[in-house]
Amino acid sequence: MLMEAQASSFFQIAPWIIAFPLLGLIINILVGRRFGERFVGIVASSAVGLAFIVAVLQFISLQTHPHGISVRVAEWIAIGQLDTSWTLRVDTLSVTMMLMVTGVSTLIHIYAIGYMHEDVRIQGDPGRYTRFFVFFNLFVAAMMILVSADNYLMMFVGWEGVGLCSYLLIGFWYDKGEGGIANAVAGKKAFIVNRVGDFGFLTAMFLMFTAAGTLQFDQVNAWVEAAGPAQAAMISAVALFLLLGATGKSAQIPLYVWLPDAMAGPTPVSALIHAATMVTAGIYMIARSAVLFSAAGSASHVVAMIGAATALFAATIAVGQFDIKKVLAYSTISQLGFMLAAVGVAARVAGMFHLVTHAFFKALLFLSAGSVILGVEHGLHHHDGDHAGFNPNDMREMGGLRRRMKVTFGVYLVGALALAGIPPLAGFFSKDEILLEASHEFPLVYILLTAAAFLTAFYMGRQVFMVFFGEPRSDAAAHAHENPPVMTIPLIGLATLAAIGGGLNLPGLHTLSDWLEHTLGHIHVMDFSLQVAGISTGLAVVAIALAWLLYGRSPLKKGEEDPLRRILGPLFTALNHKWWVDELYGALLIKPYAALSTWLAETVDWAFWHDWFHDSVIAKGFRWFTGWLSEDIDKKVIDAIADGLASLTETLSRRMRVLQSGYVRTYALSMFIGMILLVSYILFV
Amino acid sequence: MIIPIQYLLALSGILFVLGVLGVLIRRNAIVIFMSIELMLNAANLALISFARTIAPAEAGLGGQVMVFFIIAVAAAEVAVGLALIVTIFKLRHSIDVDQVHTLKG
Repeated sequence: MLMEAQASSFFQIAPWIIAFPLLGLIINILVGRRFGERFVGIVASSAVGLAFIVAVLQFISLQTHPHGISVRVAEWIAIGQLDTSWTLRVDTLSVTMMLMVTGVSTLIHIYAIGYMHEDVRIQGDPGRYTRFFVFFNLFVAAMMILVSADNYLMMFVGWEGVGLCSYLLIGFWYDKGEGGIANAVAGKKAFIVNRVGDFGFLTAMFLMFTAAGTLQFDQVNAWVEAAGPAQAAMISAVALFLLLGATGKSAQIPLYVWLPDAMAGPTPVSALIHAATMVTAGIYMIARSAVLFSAAGSASHVVAMIGAATALFAATIAVGQFDIKKVLAYSTISQLGFMLAAVGVAARVAGMFHLVTHAFFKALLFLSAGSVILGVEHGLHHHDGDHAGFNPNDMREMGGLRRRMKVTFGVYLVGALALAGIPPLAGFFSKDEILLEASHEFPLVYILLTAAAFLTAFYMGRQVFMVFFGEPRSDAAAHAHENPPVMTIPLIGLATLAAIGGGLNLPGLHTLSDWLEHTLGHIHVMDFSLQVAGISTGLAVVAIALAWLLYGRSPLKKGEEDPLRRILGPLFTALNHKWWVDELYGALLIKPYAALSTWLAETVDWAFWHDWFHDSVIAKGFRWFTGWLSEDIDKKVIDAIADGLASLTETLSRRMRVLQSGYVRTYALSMFIGMILLVSYILFV
Repeated sequence: MIIPIQYLLALSGILFVLGVLGVLIRRNAIVIFMSIELMLNAANLALISFARTIAPAEAGLGGQVMVFFIIAVAAAEVAVGLALIVTIFKLRHSIDVDQVHTLKG
């Protein structure tokens, strides 16, 4: 009994999971600069580490109270029937996210201590070191608000908070990049594309409030269950608008275009925000709205199809990229497509499972890529050559790094194999579970995802062979060297997680399924299928072999064409140009929009409103009106009244002065006559 | 012997008319002044007559008291009026009111 009371009391400290990162960022804002980089890094990392400990304590409490609890922190908005409060939802689903986010964040924070130390020096502005960690802590706080929310509105606060941090961190080197504005433009693009998704989320909330009168998760679920088929159209509309929100935040078709550009941010940002945590918010939101999407019927098919289509589409683009981070970015979009397809076919546990394992290995891959980039940058500066126009992200300039960066190579290999779905690494189990469920529920989705999985293995093989094998293709790569332990130790930690993460939900044990069942309701567990697993693993091995044939057997020489271009020809150009989607959006949306804005600004605003309406109508009209007032009204009417009064008085007094004769007897006589008149009036009238 | 009120009022009227005529016709300031006194005393005579004749028990001494007031006010008026006349005479060496018409508008 006592044990139980102690365990459940951990729930009460749940708000600290948000408070610790906030505390960290406040300390760093106030005194960070004074105490230097080491202090800033330690404060920021330990703030997130403490949040991780809080998450672990929540996990311990949930062992005895698996149904979770709502911790009410404060009242927020109570108007009429809308009662929205700051309430933290601690249940198995949110704690899964909390553990994943704070755990991965802690490792990435530690990595960033080393990475940003180098980066601020390479970019030439060490003063921004503190700012980076302030933004990073703010991101963790916002992400915690998002995952611990008890209602859609509070979730939206976190949703916007992480969006803001994403914007701030993509444009962290806002004065760098192509033409000095490329990074700022990338940040702006991410922010604006996400606004489209936020419009969907907001509209869904408005509809929800109109129909259900509440934004609280349980009450919305109750409404969905009570409403039944009568409200099917409304439920579908809410689900589809929520999906639009998810496609924005989780970078799915049609709103994925911001994520590749978001790679302009420093690499820890790409790892934390644009691979492991923020972009999974859409998946989490749909998993959280499980009841709603189950009731929405065909809307969840739309979810599954969008996910599967994105998975394949992004995977094809990843094949044709040369930028090491762009490959990973498209891979992230593709993997998010897997997760979205999973929650679309109601395999929410599989989706969440893949979300967690993907966070491990994709954060690992991004951080390792950052390590590679930094290593190459070092090589560049060591070999004091002409490095104008040198792009340290370009895989064509790398090669042979396995000998120069042994730790990075090792962990990169683990991450790549996990992503490719090679057993027994984490990616195999989670991806296999999604494929298994899809093969039962939705064959078309299964086929698309299997094709995407094949391409995934191929582009990862291509990347590993291009970056680490063969001979260095540039002086920078030839002089690259390994990074300090502050960066490699988190990499090893993440590599371990990526290797054993599959243990979370092994076939036959279903640990995660049992765990999430408390929140997501009863889950039908599928038996392991050797057929599905065999096909996907076989395809992955074939794809890696293919990659070896093309890139491994005879490594790329300096200045040589990509062998894929010889085979695919114009198709490779299409892949390399990302199917010209950006250009298509530019022609279809941005140009007409810019033309519309120009027309609005120049024709409507300037010519019509300013030149015609303001100058002609208002100004001229006013001038005419005031002229009329002064000429006609003031001079002719008002002045006439004043002059008339004066001349009337003058005339009257000129007439009356005659009476004033000055002769006393005249006055006396007039008094006498007056008296007589008065007396006569009194007497006779 | 009680004189009937008609006689008294007739005398009062005659005196008043004489006073009015004096004010309107004469130009000598002193005479005008005396005519004003004549009018005042005509009014006094009328007041006394009424006071004595009409219900003396109810009216009490009201009429007589009013007459005393009028006599007192007239005395004050005489003082002011004669002072004015003396000043005018000093300035103009004449008390012809028709020559004092500086107030002409």
